[in-house]
Amino acid sequence: MKGWIAFWNILIKDMRLYYLKPPNVSWGIIFPLAWTGMFFIKSGSGLESVLALLPGVVTISILFGTTSMLTVTITFERRSRSFERLLLSPISLELLMLAKTSGAIFFGIVNAFVPIIIAAFLVDLSGIAWSLVIPAIILIGIVSTFLGLFIAVSASEVFEAQTFSNFFRFPMIFLCGLFFPIMSLPIFIRPLSYILPVTYGVDILHGAVSGTQIMPLSLDFLILAAFCIVLFVLSLHNIKRRWIS
Amino acid sequence: MAEVAEKTGKNTIIHVTGLTKSYGEVLAVDNISFQVNPGEIFGFLGPNGAGKTTTINVLTGLARLDSGTIQIGGIDCTHNPKAAQHLIGIVPDESNLYPELTGFENLCFCAALYGMRKAERQTRARELMDTFGLSNAADRKFADYSKGMKRKLTFAAGIIHQPPILFLDEPTTGIDVASARQVRQIISGLQSKGTTVFLTTHYIEEAERLCERIAFIVNGRIVRIARTADLLQPVRGKNILILSTLNVAGNLSEEMPLFFPQHQFQFTSGQIRVESQEVVNVAPLMRFLDERGVQVTEARRHLPSLEDVFVQVTGIEAGLMKKEKEKPGVGGNQ
Ligand SMILES: Nc1ncnc2c1ncn2[C@@H]1O[C@H](COP(=O)(O)OP(=O)(O)OP(=O)(O)O)[C@@H](O)[C@H]1O
Ligand SMILES: [Mg+2]
Repeated sequence: MKGWIAFWNILIKDMRLYYLKPPNVSWGIIFPLAWTGMFFIKSGSGLESVLALLPGVVTISILFGTTSMLTVTITFERRSRSFERLLLSPISLELLMLAKTSGAIFFGIVNAFVPIIIAAFLVDLSGIAWSLVIPAIILIGIVSTFLGLFIAVSASEVFEAQTFSNFFRFPMIFLCGLFFPIMSLPIFIRPLSYILPVTYGVDILHGAVSGTQIMPLSLDFLILAAFCIVLFVLSLHNIKRRWIS
Repeated sequence: MAEVAEKTGKNTIIHVTGLTKSYGEVLAVDNISFQVNPGEIFGFLGPNGAGKTTTINVLTGLARLDSGTIQIGGIDCTHNPKAAQHLIGIVPDESNLYPELTGFENLCFCAALYGMRKAERQTRARELMDTFGLSNAADRKFADYSKGMKRKLTFAAGIIHQPPILFLDEPTTGIDVASARQVRQIISGLQSKGTTVFLTTHYIEEAERLCERIAFIVNGRIVRIARTADLLQPVRGKNILILSTLNVAGNLSEEMPLFFPQHQFQFTSGQIRVESQEVVNVAPLMRFLDERGVQVTEARRHLPSLEDVFVQVTGIEAGLMKKEKEKPGVGGNQ
């Protein structure tokens, strides 16, 4: 019970303090929208391409939403030393990190609906398999948060963590099949796509929106879930090793 | 409190043996062992870089030890520093609260981390804001607090959950005389209610005034550990006279001990320190110096204190310790 009081208050505090912070608004919401606008204009196609672009835009919104939130809730707090206060409190590291990441996951999920709502005004979304889209959005939110966490805790310096994070999230736009099918990538780059968890989430979204997945969806879900667990466990391991040194 | 003491089996609430911690090449804490008894104020006294903060970090779970054992409240924390975190409160050397939250919100948040319920959190936060004279600033952002106010709120945050064991890392550094005095009163008050306090400081007077037992720590090693009263024992009956001189003439360091065999002398630039078991008669000393053309500008009686013991044991000039960090708060103000 006591642990949950702490969990809940950490989550609430992060939401209150950080949801409307400049990095979250600019990187988490405006950037994905600007990016999409650019694609839309570049492709020169009409409204019919909205559906084809939607999985990529949704994913990009989640990816940037979660990772930019993580930067403030963890990286900034480490720099200001307030993170130490959390490490000193009598809650298990697992619960603490779940509390710190839940805010980011939630923010990512909410972010995903920004492009969906905009799309709803432009095209007919009734053909979409929502029962697949919703769990996929949640899983992409979790996996990209944990990937961001893993990157953040692998760096020993705060500024390193921020650079690292950008180093990963930009290439993922191209490598994970958000806008270009993985099959169109040069064959020697493709292995990279398959070791990035976001690839599997995007595949589910493509399947749910237009039936164009490249792998069985159940396998996609399974791999995504496995990535979530592995990344979280590895991150905890790194926190114990690096932050409590 | 009593339960915690009982659980230890022995009559110690913190039990550390052979604790060693290095950061790369730097040996920050070197094989230290000590025990803290329930309900006492235990002081860690040492200069900058001695390893005081490192010791607190290892004991509270912010740093990992290289070797040694740690028991807190009867719980073995050597390999699991989280195990005893519910028993302890920490006031770190630097404020680590949230700049964006108000003072009141910061306290409530810290209370929540220890699982306190909302009504209890708010009552206790208000109570502490009042104790520390911060009630008027309760709704201001922590970022806008002055340095001393930040320090006080950090102190309040460390005791909001009424921990039986409290770690204080230089609690009076950077606050004014009156606030330092208030903080010391609060520490004494906590002790009288049964809290065990582990306190680090480089203010000798503070340690002497507050602590029942003191460890002198220098270069990561404990060079002396004893009850404050026992530390003071050898200097208690001593009479010390400090003579300030303008010039030195002849071979005073050899002549004076021969002339005044009942006294011991120490010569430093511009000062002669006379130590004796008897009351020092000034006139013969003055005459002696005058005859040799030494100009004495001041003669003053020095009351022996822990400072003298510290200098004796560690070889560190006490004046250096105080100057390292400017501090208005200490110095006969209580
Ligand atoms: N995180 C760290 N990384 C590397 N070296 C460290 C670290 N923390 C402490 N040290 C080193 O360990 C030694 C002891 O430092 P510590 O902070 O424990 O001293 P202290 O007694 O608290 O000093 P002060 O009175 O200045 O607070 C110093 O030489 C310091 O440089
Ligand atoms: Mg220190």
